[in-house]
Amino acid sequence: MSGAGGREAILGSIRRSLGRGPLDEAARATLDARIADPRPNLVPARSDLPQAERVALFTEMAEKVFATVDRVAGPEAVPGAVADYLAQHNLPPALAMAPDAALDAYPWADKPLLAIRRGRAEEADRVAVTGAVMGFAETGTLMMASGPEHPSTLNFLPETHIVVLPAERIGGAYEEGWARLREQGAGEAGDADDGGFMPRTVNLVTGPSRTADIEQTIALGAHGPRRLHIVIVEEEAP
Amino acid sequence: MDATSRTFVANARAGLRDAALQTSLARFQGGFQVKRAEAAERLPEFEALRDEARAIKDHVLAHLDHYLERFEERVRASGGTVHWCETPEQARERILALCREADAKTVTKSKSMIAEEMALNPFLEEHGIEPVETDLGEYVVQLADERPSHIIAPAVHKTRDQVADLFHEKHTPLGRTRRLERVEELVEEAREVLRPRYLAADVGITGANFLIAETGSSAVVTNEGNADLTQILPRMHIVIATLEKVVPTLEDATTIMRVLARSATGQEFSTYTTVSTGPRRPGDADGPEAYHVVLLDNGRSRMLGSEFREVLRCIKCGACMNHCPVYGAVGGHAYGWVYPGPVGAVLTPNLIGLEEARHLPNASSFCGRCEEVCPVRIPLPGLMRKLREQEFAQGLAPAAVRRGIGAWAWLARRPALYRCLTGIGIGMMGALGRRRGRFVRLPLAGGWTGARDMPAPEGATFHALWRKERKA
Repeated sequence: MSGAGGREAILGSIRRSLGRGPLDEAARATLDARIADPRPNLVPARSDLPQAERVALFTEMAEKVFATVDRVAGPEAVPGAVADYLAQHNLPPALAMAPDAALDAYPWADKPLLAIRRGRAEEADRVAVTGAVMGFAETGTLMMASGPEHPSTLNFLPETHIVVLPAERIGGAYEEGWARLREQGAGEAGDADDGGFMPRTVNLVTGPSRTADIEQTIALGAHGPRRLHIVIVEEEAP
Repeated sequence: MDATSRTFVANARAGLRDAALQTSLARFQGGFQVKRAEAAERLPEFEALRDEARAIKDHVLAHLDHYLERFEERVRASGGTVHWCETPEQARERILALCREADAKTVTKSKSMIAEEMALNPFLEEHGIEPVETDLGEYVVQLADERPSHIIAPAVHKTRDQVADLFHEKHTPLGRTRRLERVEELVEEAREVLRPRYLAADVGITGANFLIAETGSSAVVTNEGNADLTQILPRMHIVIATLEKVVPTLEDATTIMRVLARSATGQEFSTYTTVSTGPRRPGDADGPEAYHVVLLDNGRSRMLGSEFREVLRCIKCGACMNHCPVYGAVGGHAYGWVYPGPVGAVLTPNLIGLEEARHLPNASSFCGRCEEVCPVRIPLPGLMRKLREQEFAQGLAPAAVRRGIGAWAWLARRPALYRCLTGIGIGMMGALGRRRGRFVRLPLAGGWTGARDMPAPEGATFHALWRKERKA
């Protein structure tokens, strides 16, 4: 049976193989301390750069994996950049947008032709707009966390995903993302020290969906988005 | 899954004669090898990261019971359930029970080698539940009613033409009657055919690259995004994983991620790395309502106490098969069970028995490339040699081989006699072969000379030359 019997049998078999019984109190405490105070291991030096160079490295790495990157001077330019991108790619001016207060702060009313629906993605949606927790210069990777303000379906169902990312959210290495989630989780749930800070789904996204399963030929848009467009916003909203 | 490892020799012959397979193999290995080497070159810390990844895995294996208990506690705290299963049969029964609980008619699946161990697809079908593979390569293999031939590129044995024919045949009933030529068109058609399947699925089953003890999360890595659509759309998410997938913290998983994609495909990072913790939360507009982790042992806890413990460090990147000359010649199906290539040659005899799989550790030239590229530095040739020793000790090798090895061992332990006999033999061969400089055929070595000539020795043994050199 796979109930408690399975559990005890497996743990017992592991311990027999390790030639010991259950760990004693002190040994458990040592291991738990390692979990409670998670330290980064070796972090590659590649992204240890001043902020401006980090943004440049992020852009370069993201473009290498077929994402497109646009940099706009300030929050007021975001709706225009999104509308232009849609027009260039012959996409309908209809957006499924994450119900995220940070996105609401952009002046969408400046582009009255954009039809915006806020919520999760549905089958018919062709373009999603979301924010991201962070970007990592190391590999041009975005980190997104699920929650009421960011349904995960927006990251995967529509064929075009536009991510609006303030430049200040671009960090170096992935470890900075885990640290930020722990910090945010501590503010909300108050139990960050026992692993309760994790959102249901954390997506690390590096470029649009791709496959090389047929003759190692890369094709984009295997199941997830065909296009990943990142709008980097230089200045913070006032 | 039923194994055909017993007939490895015949399987390998068939592979060597399969022209389409040879075309596919020739293309794929070169590409993967160059890309891995370039990715390693671009990251100065790559070798140091391999050492750390190895150390993390060793630490976990030495404390596996504790980290699994921790993991389970955290899963429970986030609203999920862990199911401990000793055998593949128990695991698939449990999965079936969960599917019934969710009243499931169709199940989407993202690639999992553990599901192959359980032979999960035929089992679900027998019980009236339709499994739909979503990884493109895995979908191709499912349509063709075959098995994956590589752990990260399941359809690597198929050419584009074969996939085109297969899609034409299988998609025609869906009203897609045009035979497609280009890879992009084939990928597009698979996308369109599979999209409604994702939306209709009641349960999504994914594998796991990591289980994280700190947070009770499972993490899965793909390029297509198929594991994501598989887990966020249906009502229930079932994760299947073996015991050794657990790591202590997110940081530990991150270190291993840094060597995983680089070793596998030569990418800097896979497109999608997704960390999932429990079911949907209050206020969430999407995500599964139930989250289950089916933990499978299937011999791992026993291996932990054996001389093969190190193979449990494996992170299933496929680098060893991408660099193996034997895999590159015969293809993955020849190995006859779930895991092909060098890691398969060590895992398979341990999991299904040496008697069944004794050919696999012999299917190696011991060139050492697998160990050279393994991101967690598993000494694969050394482990294969231990299996060969076991094969000899247990009397599983054919009598002729055992007698031959016995005779050689007897001779090798008598240096004076050995030198004398080899000196005579080499001298004779040198004299006989002087005219042509090579032998087209040799007695007792027909297999060796069947494919190449043996150069004629030039007169003296290495021992003799060495002694002469030392005296001079």
